[in-house]
Amino acid sequence: MCLGIPAKILEVNVDGSALVDYMGVRWRVGTSLVEHVAPGDYVMVHAGEAIERVDLATGKEVLRMWEDILKAWT
Amino acid sequence: MGGHIKGVDLIDAYRDPGLASRLFECARMRSLTAAERLGRVPVIMDVCGTHTAVISSAGVRTALSGYVEFRSGPGCPVCVTSAGDVDLAVQMARIPGVCVTTFGDMMRVPGSSTSLQEETAQGARVKVVSSPSSAVAYASAHPDVEVVFLGVGFETTAPVVALSIAEAKSKRIPNYTVLCLHKLMPPVLDVLVREPGVTLDGLLLPGHVCSITGRAVFDFLAREYRMPSVVAGFEVVDVLMATCWILHMIAERSPKVANVYRRVVRETGNQKAKDVIDKYFRPIDSAWRGFGLIPRSGLQIKEKYLRFDAMHRFTPDLPDSTDKPECHCGDVLRGRIRPSDCTAFGTVCTPVKPLGPCMVSQEGACAAHFRYGA
Ligand code: SF4
Repeated sequence: MCLGIPAKILEVNVDGSALVDYMGVRWRVGTSLVEHVAPGDYVMVHAGEAIERVDLATGKEVLRMWEDILKAWT
Repeated sequence: MGGHIKGVDLIDAYRDPGLASRLFECARMRSLTAAERLGRVPVIMDVCGTHTAVISSAGVRTALSGYVEFRSGPGCPVCVTSAGDVDLAVQMARIPGVCVTTFGDMMRVPGSSTSLQEETAQGARVKVVSSPSSAVAYASAHPDVEVVFLGVGFETTAPVVALSIAEAKSKRIPNYTVLCLHKLMPPVLDVLVREPGVTLDGLLLPGHVCSITGRAVFDFLAREYRMPSVVAGFEVVDVLMATCWILHMIAERSPKVANVYRRVVRETGNQKAKDVIDKYFRPIDSAWRGFGLIPRSGLQIKEKYLRFDAMHRFTPDLPDSTDKPECHCGDVLRGRIRPSDCTAFGTVCTPVKPLGPCMVSQEGACAAHFRYGA
């Protein structure tokens, strides 16, 4: 039930809602729980609301870190 | 932020089979050291229905069978909802003029004697919605109907439901109320890890609950109970990284509350969402299936917003509720038994004819074990 969908913001409306896309499916979500979103940003969507931003740079950094961990642990 | 990095590529990277197979190998190797130290196979518990589903559907359970035992705890909101709360929802749906709106998962969950789905056949009005905001829209379009939204779910869902109250208030929609049954994760984990007779070596912490609460509120797990814990996302790579790290902590005797889902979960979580929860709700003692009453583990609508509280508007009679004695969901949710240990599993209890909520919900432990093999 806590399912979150990592969706891309396509446009942000004046009323604060945003049009998002995930694998070609588009729908409107609320953005009042997240700060400054702009087209191109990724957000986690849950029950019709963006609940948090997805920080792509950190996501990549974690993967890089695990390359080193895997070398050390295997 | 992120600049040139493309989100789709990142999603793919967390689903990469090559990386996953190296992580599987790492988990097997780490598990041997952990098992040597424990004298048995390490037991890792997830506390999120989506984790339960991923561990089964992505083949993690099978691939690590004999190396790690995965169990599911009180992480599926539908499963932990007590029979009494389901009965209450049913009572609401029976009130003339009321339409209960709910996420689809709640429809088939059995209360003491009936479910919302069975009630619709008897004429009760129940409508499945995909978001609380669409329940508000439905109320606005049907001013003659009293729309009650079932507020079920953890910290992830609570702020979204709080926003629906804010929306109904600002749009002056008088016929929208919430039956607030929300539950909180830290108090139940505090009970779970202290349970006598439960074998538990590490916890996969629920990524989307943590996106709201933050990682740091779970530090007590390592500090007070020496329980290795890792906040994890929901792609196969996320789950495997967390598994490897937990096994490493067991082997090294160095419990921590770590976070491999930093792309979404910050140290202190989402302040805006926490503020909106605090504005509309306050903590209350709450009954959990399998655990009973846990102090301050649920949410109640604050005095100031009582007119949006369905309990206040309709004051239904509190039902006399009982769990079905032949269903052992309570023991499954507490990690005491595996789904297959229940005598009803796969015989009298199947997804087609479920006895308990753990077999109803797609995210329930029994349903996941049944579908993908125990
Ligand atoms: S198998 Fe069915 S009866 Fe047994 S614990 Fe699971 S849901 Fe309950």
